[in-house]
Amino acid sequence: MTMTIKQLSVFLENRSGRLDEVLDVLGNNGVNIVALSLADTSDYGMLRMIVSDPKKGREVLKTNGITAMLTDVVALRVPHATGSLAKAMHEIVEGGVNVEYMYAFANGADASAVIKSDDPGKVVELLRSSGFDVWKEDEAYHANIMK
Amino acid sequence: MDWKERIRDPKMECASLDEIRTLQGKKLVDLVNRVYGVVPFYTRKMKELGVEPGDIRGIEDITKLPYTTKEDLRDNYPFGLVAVPEKDVARVQGSSGTTGKLTIAAYSKNDVDLWAECVARCLTMAGLTNEDRIHVCYGYGLFTGGMGIDEGARALGATAIPMSAGNTQRQMMCMEDFGATAFACTPSYALHLAESMAEAGVVDRLKIKAGIHGAEPWTEEMRRKIESILHINCFDIYGLCEVLGPGVAQDCIHHKGLHIHHDHFFPEILNPADQSPCAEGELGELTFTTLSKEAMPLIRYRTKDLTSISYGTCDCGRTLPRISKFKGRTDDMKVIRGVNVFPTQVETALLKMGGEVAPHYLMIVDRENNMDTLTVMVEVDERFFSDEIRQLDALKKKIGAVLKQALGISVIVKLVEPKTIERSEGKAKRVIDRRNLV
Repeated sequence: MTMTIKQLSVFLENRSGRLDEVLDVLGNNGVNIVALSLADTSDYGMLRMIVSDPKKGREVLKTNGITAMLTDVVALRVPHATGSLAKAMHEIVEGGVNVEYMYAFANGADASAVIKSDDPGKVVELLRSSGFDVWKEDEAYHANIMK
Repeated sequence: MDWKERIRDPKMECASLDEIRTLQGKKLVDLVNRVYGVVPFYTRKMKELGVEPGDIRGIEDITKLPYTTKEDLRDNYPFGLVAVPEKDVARVQGSSGTTGKLTIAAYSKNDVDLWAECVARCLTMAGLTNEDRIHVCYGYGLFTGGMGIDEGARALGATAIPMSAGNTQRQMMCMEDFGATAFACTPSYALHLAESMAEAGVVDRLKIKAGIHGAEPWTEEMRRKIESILHINCFDIYGLCEVLGPGVAQDCIHHKGLHIHHDHFFPEILNPADQSPCAEGELGELTFTTLSKEAMPLIRYRTKDLTSISYGTCDCGRTLPRISKFKGRTDDMKVIRGVNVFPTQVETALLKMGGEVAPHYLMIVDRENNMDTLTVMVEVDERFFSDEIRQLDALKKKIGAVLKQALGISVIVKLVEPKTIERSEGKAKRVIDRRNLV
């Protein structure tokens, strides 16, 4: 089990109902969304998600004519303590890795941050060696689902 | 606005058709004799048709002569069609100054004088005299707009104010400070300027009485709109660099078509389907033979512009034939802000990007705030999609730069998903023109 996880990213054309369409396809195919970030630009949107089954998510979107891609990201477990995210960031910066974007999601015990960088493997290494924990794939994809 | 009908050269502009036919015949015989042997392109073309200079005895023999097309100009780029010693070329002008589809024309000193004279006739048609100050906000450069009006103002003895295009604030300031009495630019820029001046509240302080506008298609409604904002008379000037630049034709105050200076440019209207001559009033492709030009005369040059022609004396007294406002093009070329744009140029440019983008695109021509805009929707290849906005924006910028380089105008690029642009069997619809020009 690798320590990086797959993010499902979807290019959203700027037309009405497009986001609705994407979420519908995922929902109808039993793909659960764990975490989500939506970035908007003047002419398109970028939907980034951690889902229960990234591969399946990509496939079902593709069959529905929606461009989606899988990206390696790291999901950091951020302890509930002031300054812990700053400390994690500090480690990444010190390690010479650029963070492209980041978004957060919640789960019961911790706060969590999805980090996209130019070297996900190194980010895992840097974080773990300084005492931080990251989500494993199987944990991340099924976080927050009521049993 | 006070209006006085003036005709610069009544001898030519009001001559009987018979007189002109005789003159045109003489000039055509001279032209054919001049180019045959000197311009290998015409020698070959005439031989292919089995025509010799001796076969051309009058203007009615023009139909025996070969056509010249824009492709011929490109094939013989840059000076292959020049009929005078190269040292006698006094000026080079080109269409739109873009790469790829550049067509150029060479002018002798006499040609420049001829051009100036033709524009001076047009300026006179617009009611201007040597007492006028003409603010020229067409671009200066290879594009003929700026230089053409400038030369015309010189021939007329008027004052030329060579502003060139852009910087509306400065245009307004100079127009007021210098006391310009006329201005010349594309119609879309004219409307933009007019609205800006109305907004700034300077209209009443202006001395402008006439606007000379061409280089892109425009409607009667647009003319009336500019006229009503500025309280002036606007005129539609026509020309193309290959033939002369602005001044080939223009409408008079009666706006009943554009008067062609047919003592210098012999017009034919050809049926686009079979090139048979169209009857008066029938829509067809405008074709010109330059009767007076020295450096790069053209025989039966196919403009690809669709119009109709009418003869008979105009209310202004001129007997010059009149062409109707242009109805479109025989090909898919679009004139955007005075620049000729072909969908194939976009395709070529996208293909040159080496697979980052799919060669599927859609061009949307629009008019926003009275300026033409070109939006190109480009399908990004699936392999080059990214979850990083920075990457997509970089790609978008790159496409924008490549297209600007290829077309010579700025383009709004919109990235779209692969396979979302409608495919069609056979000829694809690559251009949507929303400008609603009639």
